[in-house]
Amino acid sequence: MKYLSEYRDADIVAQYLEELKKTVTRPWNIMEICGGQTHSLVKNGLLSLMPDKINMVHGPGCPVCVTPLHLIDKAIYLATTQRVILCSFGDMLRVPGSTHSLLEAKAAGADVRILYSPLEAVKLAKENPDREVVFFAVGFETTAPANALSVLHAQREGLRNYSILTSHVLVPPAMEAIAGDDSNIVQGFLGAGHVCTIMGLTEYYPIVAKYKMPIVVTGFEPVDLLQGIVMLVRQLERGAYKLENQYSRFVQETGNTAAQQVMQQVFEVANREWRGIGNIPLSGLEVRADLALYDANKKFDIAIPPVTESKECIAGQVLRGIKKPYECPQFGKKCTPTFPLGAPMVSSEGACAAYYHFSQAENRVAV
Amino acid sequence: MCLAIPGKIQSIELRYEGKVRMAKVSFGGVVKEASLEMLPAAKEGDYVLVHVGVAISLVDAEEAAKSFEYLKEIGEIDELIDHTQV
Ligand code: SF4
Repeated sequence: MKYLSEYRDADIVAQYLEELKKTVTRPWNIMEICGGQTHSLVKNGLLSLMPDKINMVHGPGCPVCVTPLHLIDKAIYLATTQRVILCSFGDMLRVPGSTHSLLEAKAAGADVRILYSPLEAVKLAKENPDREVVFFAVGFETTAPANALSVLHAQREGLRNYSILTSHVLVPPAMEAIAGDDSNIVQGFLGAGHVCTIMGLTEYYPIVAKYKMPIVVTGFEPVDLLQGIVMLVRQLERGAYKLENQYSRFVQETGNTAAQQVMQQVFEVANREWRGIGNIPLSGLEVRADLALYDANKKFDIAIPPVTESKECIAGQVLRGIKKPYECPQFGKKCTPTFPLGAPMVSSEGACAAYYHFSQAENRVAV
Repeated sequence: MCLAIPGKIQSIELRYEGKVRMAKVSFGGVVKEASLEMLPAAKEGDYVLVHVGVAISLVDAEEAAKSFEYLKEIGEIDELIDHTQV
């Protein structure tokens, strides 16, 4: 309770918990897609406060975590051998590739920079006309419009020294990959609120219908999460499967259409490899062929050897909810946020790292 | 990195021959630049949800204040500021 008492809405949280206890009669497996939601559930100690019958499964919703190792190696290659100014969000630069991270490459002399926004990278390119600037463009649908805008700004500026290395993943295909898997245990989804702020709700109706699974689009504060879970459990208990929107203060049916247009101008949908899960058809975004000048993958000849993931990592099972992070033999031993063996340990929004950081608040975890 | 933070538009300026609107947005006193290209209707004084330098949604003032307080309490705002200083 230590964590919750700090918040203004401890009372409302208590009310929703009470409501949840009254509603639930059978065990349910619920997946939250968004890593921000995982982080919030664990950090606020909500997992241990909820009824035992509710099993929260932590999905693959952390773009930094699911970025394949070989892409990180590519970014490091560009920064160390091509005299490129390599920039991205702080989280991405901290993730180790097969040998080291971009921040370690920086410490060894490479020009690697943490930026708050891809638009700042365009400015850097303008200020450094004799250098190539590459933005490592990672993210879900929430971040795609900003990364796309950076390309459009570079185009308007007439810059030829700016490009992006894309690691863009899309949420609905990942939900389908999970729901349609033979070993799936998930019975209902909490949809990712900020993703839907951009994309709206329309993509989710077919998933609800096809898999007969309820989805509640939810925010990430403790009250949002509990309300979303109550809405979902009410549906599950009735045998209903509908799409509901808990986050209507930010999410409209059609999303942000201006943002969707910018995405379509710059990106096209492509197959994508998700670290810890594997290839998911049509689950990512790549720069359109007519904008190849801004695509680091096409602009540079990047020849790096293929890499394989650690055999000891059971991320595939963790990300599908079959195992909890603390059931992994390497959790907190060989695998820690400083030396992550696999995807869910690499950023604080990954399930393994969230459990590791807040294991004190989560007494079911023995570290 | 997926966080979106609410702030208030202080001023708006036009770039690229008037085609792009950029705003100065205040996040509890910390002022940052944000593109308004995704929100054609946003105007000075409005509250907007900003994600990595791009405003993605209009927010009402009360909601913005609540959401900002929460992010501050859990330390995410410090992260926003730190992020740019490394
Ligand atoms: S604890 Fe580490 S090794 Fe185990 S599943 Fe998580 S990331 Fe993989």
